[in-house]
Amino acid sequence: MNRHLLSINDLSPQDALGILNTASELSKISDGPMKKLPTLRGRTVVNLFFEDSTRTRISFESAAKRLSADVINFSAKGSSVSKGESLKDTAQTLQAMGADAVVIRHGASGAAQRLADSGWISASVINAGDGTHEHPTQALLDAYTIRSKFPQYQDSFAGLKVGIVGDILHSRVARSNVLLLTKLGAKVSLVAPPTLIPVGVTDWNVEVSYDLDEVVKKVDVLMMLRVQSERMKDSFFPSEREYSRGYGLDLARLNALQEHAIVMHPGPMNRGLEISAESADSHRSVVLAQVANGVLVRMAVLYQLLGGAALTGEVSA
Amino acid sequence: MQYTIKNARLLDGSVVDVVINDGTISEIGSSLKVGEIIDGKKNLLIPGLVDLHTHLREPGREDSETVATGSMAAAKGGFTAISAMANTFPVADTAGVVEQVFRLGQEAGYCDVFPIGAVTQGLKGEALAELGAMANSKARVRIFSDDGKCVSDPLLMRRALEYVKTFNGIIAQHAQDPALTVGSQMNEGVVSSKLGLNGWPAVAEEAIIARDILLAEHVGSRLHICHLTTAGGVDLLRFAKSRGINVTAEVTPHHLLLTDELVSNYDPVFKVNPPLRTEKDVMALRAGLADGTIDIVGTDHAPHPTEDKDCEWQSAAFGMVGLETALSVVVKSMIETKLMSWSDLVDRMSIAPARIAGYTNHGRDIVVGSPANLTIIDTSSNWIVDRNRLASKSKNTPFQAMSLPASVLHTFFNGNLVLKNSELVMGGSN
Repeated sequence: MNRHLLSINDLSPQDALGILNTASELSKISDGPMKKLPTLRGRTVVNLFFEDSTRTRISFESAAKRLSADVINFSAKGSSVSKGESLKDTAQTLQAMGADAVVIRHGASGAAQRLADSGWISASVINAGDGTHEHPTQALLDAYTIRSKFPQYQDSFAGLKVGIVGDILHSRVARSNVLLLTKLGAKVSLVAPPTLIPVGVTDWNVEVSYDLDEVVKKVDVLMMLRVQSERMKDSFFPSEREYSRGYGLDLARLNALQEHAIVMHPGPMNRGLEISAESADSHRSVVLAQVANGVLVRMAVLYQLLGGAALTGEVSA
Repeated sequence: MQYTIKNARLLDGSVVDVVINDGTISEIGSSLKVGEIIDGKKNLLIPGLVDLHTHLREPGREDSETVATGSMAAAKGGFTAISAMANTFPVADTAGVVEQVFRLGQEAGYCDVFPIGAVTQGLKGEALAELGAMANSKARVRIFSDDGKCVSDPLLMRRALEYVKTFNGIIAQHAQDPALTVGSQMNEGVVSSKLGLNGWPAVAEEAIIARDILLAEHVGSRLHICHLTTAGGVDLLRFAKSRGINVTAEVTPHHLLLTDELVSNYDPVFKVNPPLRTEKDVMALRAGLADGTIDIVGTDHAPHPTEDKDCEWQSAAFGMVGLETALSVVVKSMIETKLMSWSDLVDRMSIAPARIAGYTNHGRDIVVGSPANLTIIDTSSNWIVDRNRLASKSKNTPFQAMSLPASVLHTFFNGNLVLKNSELVMGGSN
């Protein structure tokens, strides 16, 4: 596996399954009396957040702490970054402080890769969401969640049908999920108004549909994406109500899902826009499991990037 | 100064001695030996290259380029005339600024620096700049452009095209519909969809080209399309020329060689406006340049300081330096691919641009009496691009470490040797 996790493209299917398996092992420990592992004692993980994201930051922070790493939270607001300091200077400052891993969330697509490639720092870089590009740990935790709900899909997602619904154009969650799900063999359908589907989607190895009612009938997993109301101002769709009628998961569509199908959402949800309250709170919804699994998967990523040693050996030692 | 270039090879293959005396070619023959002898070693002697699209950053951003350093880069690249774009600080929208740039070029003495005037005041696209005053100034401006920005208001574009007819001026349009390219970062297509970067669709260029060729036809004026990048744009130009519309177009060296796949690592050295396009576009541009649909090569030399590229993609400046690599990149993309001959190259990079702009001392046949604006090219050797060896003050070349064919050995400007054995002669022609 690479030293960094910048994109799902950095992972082979085996690498990805390896992370999921590690996360499974870690979950057994987390269920036990001692939640904390000594693996990363003395190592420093920096959460470098140029965008507000309390959820993702807390998830990474909690993952690093459960592995006994020292955690520094560096957020753009109220720091030198907001005074115009460049990414390069910030990165070099972290380097001088001895960061072993930098978890970066940034509004610019490619920022994580720049940080990793530019030679500014030697730490491992983990992409916690870059612009409208990727959010690889979200896709990994989603895959982990799918695997935990469908025992038949442990080493491959061949045969699994997933619908991803919403603002595909601007969604880093969608990009990472499409890459990972197709890499593992799943069949992915994207559902959105044409304005929110990228022109280059032809190359993505997915189906595109504008008809959510058709798609809900056939999928095993329905992943709803957050739709930002700003998109309405830019005329991506005429109104929130029209969007919701065409592409929202309401009760009728929830009931049209197959018996075994699950509903996912990366959060935070816009209840009443892309997902109705009934759908969000239904037994099919695995939203809270996604949050819990996020910590495990991020532990697994930190473990593999920084820990090195095989998990089972260390636990028994 | 007097020089004799011994054993210079001309485009027709003949090998001759050329005597330069007091700024002009005074004799062509054999066994000539007057003044300083430059051994041509059977290298190719051509008229000096002419660029109609150069950003020099002076006044205002002398940290990235000055008229002098840009002129030096031009001489190293084999250019004897360059055209300074108007997007300086202050904008070149008055007689005062264009005269200043013209004078700085003369003082530097490495090539002619012909200022391009802004079409609109402050490049704001709202009201015409004093085009007549710039045309009548000492800089004798004939090309007007808001380059970097599109003259997007169709009525203002129409007025500009009409207004410059009195002094046979030309409007050089940066064809980019602003509404279709809000926040755009790269070509919109397969690669942008993967990288999550805001797209700059080809239609934003093509729509403006289509509109402007029809405007130029309607008012009977001269239109020049800057840095064409799309296959659709080439088709539109072909259509316009078949209708006899007075339109010319340029393509940059980088758009002839590089594609948007290079953006995949988010290295901002590949960030340029208009953006790198697809393989299909590159092939159409090459075909268009070869068959004359695209008249000329323009460098769009756009220097930027290190800090403006040493950052994340979205924050980085658009632009690439190009004067010192232009010839070699065109050789690589057009001659090595057998799409064009050296004569074609001389037409597209010297004769045609000089004709379009009315630079009468440039792009001339190598005959007795022609002004001695000349360059000598080693057509057989390759060289490796090293950004630290560029004469330009900025180092933002996308061709770093690339091996390129053909090197510029000597450049004569106004009868003076300003580049000798690929090294600048200090002080230029002064």
